[in-house]
Amino acid sequence: MRGYRAVVDWHRLDEEPVRAEIELNVTLDHETGYDDIAERLARFDPVESLHLVSGEYDFMMEVEGESMREVSTFVSDKVAPVPEITQTVTHYVMATYKEQGIEFESDHDDDRLSVSP
Amino acid sequence: MKPADRVQQVPPSGIRRFFELAEQRDEVISLGVGEPDFPAPWAARDAAITSLERGRTSYTANRGRLELREAIATHVEDNYDLAYDPEAEIVVTAGASEGIDLAFRALVNPGDTVAVAQPCYVSYVPGVLFAGGEVLSVPTRRRDAFKLTYDALDAAGAGEAEMLVLCYPNNPTGATMTGDELSEVAEFAREHDLTVLSDEIYAALSYEHEHTSIATLPGMRERTVVCNGFSKAYAMTGLRLGYVLAPPEIATAMNRVHQYTLLSAPTTAQEAAIEALSSCDDAVAEMRSRYDRRRKLLLSRFEEMGLDCFRATGAFYAFPECPREDAGEFAEELLDETGVAVVPGPAFGDGGEGHLRVSYATGIDDLKEALDRIEAFIS
Ligand SMILES: Cc1ncc(COP(=O)(O)O)c(C=O)c1O
Repeated sequence: MRGYRAVVDWHRLDEEPVRAEIELNVTLDHETGYDDIAERLARFDPVESLHLVSGEYDFMMEVEGESMREVSTFVSDKVAPVPEITQTVTHYVMATYKEQGIEFESDHDDDRLSVSP
Repeated sequence: MKPADRVQQVPPSGIRRFFELAEQRDEVISLGVGEPDFPAPWAARDAAITSLERGRTSYTANRGRLELREAIATHVEDNYDLAYDPEAEIVVTAGASEGIDLAFRALVNPGDTVAVAQPCYVSYVPGVLFAGGEVLSVPTRRRDAFKLTYDALDAAGAGEAEMLVLCYPNNPTGATMTGDELSEVAEFAREHDLTVLSDEIYAALSYEHEHTSIATLPGMRERTVVCNGFSKAYAMTGLRLGYVLAPPEIATAMNRVHQYTLLSAPTTAQEAAIEALSSCDDAVAEMRSRYDRRRKLLLSRFEEMGLDCFRATGAFYAFPECPREDAGEFAEELLDETGVAVVPGPAFGDGGEGHLRVSYATGIDDLKEALDRIEAFIS
């Protein structure tokens, strides 16, 4: 157990942070391994989660910020310049339906009769 | 062409008028709704969809699919200690509504008297009249927290009746009765040889004590028809599915009427119900806990604003005293001035005067807003 956090359906609040899922490709050399790169990235505050993954890219990183601009600046100023990182692909999150096993209900239309027995 | 007298003697429901008023107004927050604000649990909806995809669109056995009756038997035994034989003592109906109608049609002879504990759900009195019976009203009282008592039955002369109808947890009051409290009703029924129709559609929504069915009390099983369904607990009102539990001879009589009028309850809904019973306990518990939170909010806000309300402990209704004598007039003005709809107590029969039915089958945000408006209106 490393901590607890509330699962928030931000969409229901007035201030909704911007989130992005970022694919990262890296090159390794004799001195630098995945762990070294990960350690460096994980220290950045805007990084919410970071996973080494199998498949076409190496890391999956989730970033949160107050605006799209803030997230973009973070990626271009802090992440892309890391020498081992060869490519970043940024996916901005447009809507969240489920998180950590918790489903975010959509408001279903209330089509009930307004007064009924 | 002219409607039969039997039908004409029954006035249209008093709820109808409020429905029309509410419909004419924009931006109504309705605390006047008698059904859950949740959709049916997804697993139940999915089962209905799957059954349609597989082409299961035929009739079922008159009494309902045996698999469903078996699941119902297990459910009522596990939850309420009610032991009924799925082959001979259970009939699946098109809503509890049909179950209620079947009970009257199968049990009431012309001229029989049916004692109805009031205020109550709107269909009992018309159901008795359509069956050719006569209604004896048994008002329950605020000072008894709207529970039915031996005294109230006695005072109303219910000993002369052939049948008694009761419903706990209650619509419209939200009252519930414990096993102990029901014992005196059972005693009265045994003493006066009354048949009992117990509408237990809100059994799953009892917040402060376990639900007890009157049919489990000594000497009651053989004289009781229990009616329940999927509308409230499983939020399946539109699927129209319920069931009745009764001793074999009575179940057979109800099935006789059912077989010639409905043939069988909706097949798709039966499929949804099988799934609901097998996998939706958590969804039911979640809805129940949300209703309970709202109930507590409602009761404490009523207290704060000085609206006298007994402690409603079941279903999703509270039944506060109306600040003014004429509940109908008050409810109309409330709707007119604040856009909040509630139903005046007299729409539910004797004993409802001077009260309002306030339903909390409404999202918590709307509920809070409605309560703020009510508070501003009465102060
Ligand atoms: C006390 C009571 N009985 C029966 C019913 C009818 O339920 P169903 O949808 O199962 O016909 C209702 C619905 O509001 C009710 O409140």
